[in-house]
Amino acid sequence: MSDTRTRRVAGATDSQQGDHPSGDNRFDLVDKHLKRARYEQDQLIETLHVAQDVFGYLSEDILIYVARALRLPPSMVYGVATFYHLFTFDPPGDHSCTVCTGTACFVKGADDIVQAVSDTYSVPAGETSEDGSLTLKTARCLGSCGLAPVVVFDGNVLGHQDTESTLELVAGAVGGGG
Amino acid sequence: MAAPIDLHEVMEREREERFRTRWRVKACSSTACLSAGAGATIKAMEDLVERDDMVLEVQVIPTGCMGLCSAGPLIRMMRRGGDEADYRNVTPEAAVEIVRSHVLDEEPVPEYQLDTSMPFFTSQERVVLANGGVINPDRIESYVAHGGYQALEKALTTMKPKAVVEEIRKSGIRGRGGAGYPVASKWSLLAAASGKTKYVVANGDEGDPGAYMDRTIMEDDPHRLIEGIAIAAYATGANQAYIYVRAEYPRAIERLDRAIRVARRNRLLGRKILDTNFDLTVEVRIGAGAFVCGEETALMASIEGRRGTPQLRPPYPTEKGLWGSPTMINNVETLANIAPIISRGGDWFASLGTEKSTGTKVFALAGDITNTGLIEVPMGTTLREIVEDIGGGIPDGKQFKAAQTGGPSGGCIPSKFLDTPVDYDSLRELGSIMGSGGLIVMDEDVQMPDVAKYFMEFSMDESCGKCTPCRVGTVQMHNLLQRLCDGTGSKQDLRDLEHLCSVVRDTSLCGLGQAAPNPVISTLQYFRDEYIALIDQQEVVHA
Ligand SMILES: Cc1cc2nc3c(=O)[nH]c(=O)nc-3n(C[C@H](O)[C@H](O)[C@H](O)COP(=O)(O)O)c2cc1C
Ligand code: FES
Repeated sequence: MSDTRTRRVAGATDSQQGDHPSGDNRFDLVDKHLKRARYEQDQLIETLHVAQDVFGYLSEDILIYVARALRLPPSMVYGVATFYHLFTFDPPGDHSCTVCTGTACFVKGADDIVQAVSDTYSVPAGETSEDGSLTLKTARCLGSCGLAPVVVFDGNVLGHQDTESTLELVAGAVGGGG
Repeated sequence: MAAPIDLHEVMEREREERFRTRWRVKACSSTACLSAGAGATIKAMEDLVERDDMVLEVQVIPTGCMGLCSAGPLIRMMRRGGDEADYRNVTPEAAVEIVRSHVLDEEPVPEYQLDTSMPFFTSQERVVLANGGVINPDRIESYVAHGGYQALEKALTTMKPKAVVEEIRKSGIRGRGGAGYPVASKWSLLAAASGKTKYVVANGDEGDPGAYMDRTIMEDDPHRLIEGIAIAAYATGANQAYIYVRAEYPRAIERLDRAIRVARRNRLLGRKILDTNFDLTVEVRIGAGAFVCGEETALMASIEGRRGTPQLRPPYPTEKGLWGSPTMINNVETLANIAPIISRGGDWFASLGTEKSTGTKVFALAGDITNTGLIEVPMGTTLREIVEDIGGGIPDGKQFKAAQTGGPSGGCIPSKFLDTPVDYDSLRELGSIMGSGGLIVMDEDVQMPDVAKYFMEFSMDESCGKCTPCRVGTVQMHNLLQRLCDGTGSKQDLRDLEHLCSVVRDTSLCGLGQAAPNPVISTLQYFRDEYIALIDQQEVVHA
């Protein structure tokens, strides 16, 4: 997912001279998708994906924007967005650490890795540390079960991880942790 | 309108291309190998070919999954009209050494060579995964060169829709999405349904957290899925199809999108397919991380852009599905079997596997086992063959304890049943299910109550909240399991847990809740002593 994100965000800076009424040209990218989807209401989930890719998360403004564009009640857009686990409503941290907790990784001790990162950086799974430096996430199977346990750090998939190697990885980017 | 693709001409051209160089290097570029560094390995070989001016000698071809994911990156050296040698753990440096050694000295490099006579390779039967490690997933020509789209051409130009359904009936194939419903029966229902608009949906939600068969099919052989969908639509009179893919699979989404575009350009989709009167549009729809969306009624709600909550059936989707129109949902692996059945005949397919479970099944073999990866075996292969021969047994001299199939809806099978043939009915008798194909092996160190708790946590998180037994029951069962695993549970807790198992199973609205107790029930059935030990420990402490 990460390369799509960089591509789209890079696209946003390129088109800085574009003049979206909101003044935020990232909305242009959402508009582009909406146009391609012919403003069909059943494209709601796809549109939310695009918006989250572009903005990093779904703020209230964005949800209202999507609701208006698709002529849907904001309550429905909010209801759909909150139903699905992959949508997030808070800005992500500078770095992200996703630990796979699928069955294969669980059998190989993924829970210990989550616990260790969570304890070291005082960040509960699924949340971002207070200083905004690290988001800790869990995922249900990344499809690389042969390499269990699997950790994805800032988009890089790393197999055969353990508590030590993961903590080292995080410390390398975020710092010591406290 | 452009002319449709000429399958035979493409095959001819591809054959020439194949013989153009003396050497071809097939390099697995599937997800697991990429995670193990295949990108750098492939780049190193391409650079070498360029730098050492071997362009006329060697071509490097990225392929889909070769199977033995734990030994990646994998490559295969193929000499024109001759020998092959497979290599494992191929770092960029190793790749350069291997290519040089073969091309310049005609010598293999034993240090990295993979023994393809081991049972991991010889005991498999590849139907669905036949193109894994063979074709380049990004090129339709590569799929066509290996017989691709010939089944569609055959069906459209020589068979009536009814005859296609009949061939599927003969094959005896049952759905690979978990429940094992006969495919031909479902197709007949949609074919018989009235209505101008009918839909076919490929279920690529693959929710079992330890399984990646469908992902591999969608990423590595997208045209096989599209061909299967087109045949299904033709047989049932549908003109619109969706592939529902979980958002966690961005590569699959990208590959399918591209494959659909290319197929349309070649008149294998769209209007007047292959110059016949059959029209079909296929679109990809993306999930957003909800296990329940694998359930067919929830999946349809999600395609419509709504919250993915399931509906009570009947009406079944084949009567009233997407936007109220008749809809048929098949699993991705089910549809990947269709082209070979039409090409080679239902009787051929029925000759594989067992009488009631025909064909092969793909499993994602993982956990405490030497060879992890994707395997495909005839139905009815015993668990022992899969674990001990193909899987190479348990590493570090440990003992096998259980095999988990069916994910959160399945169960754990203990060692005394290792000789059970793996088919729909035998697994059900043991209190597990075939599921979609996740097969996790657990060694003696794994505590079964922990496993039950793990799956209960999963079901609790994924319960959509619509019906009470599932929403509340899974939380209660998780609490009880948590107490038991912490060593603070009582005998009463265990009794409550067993009681809740039957309540939740019997009263939940959809398959998620109905099957959620399965991991608890099966571990209680076979590993009850482990639960008892946890309670005793506590009673000792209190004494
Ligand atoms: C909670 C739940 C999750 C499911 N998840 C999947 C899934 O991820 N993939 C799938 O193909 N079928 C899944 N199914 C089964 C589908 O409802 C449906 O039976 C299947 O896709 C039909 O295809 P088949 O007949 O080819 O097996 C799930 C069922 C339930 C109850
Ligand atoms: S369970 Fe972690 S990658 Fe599949």
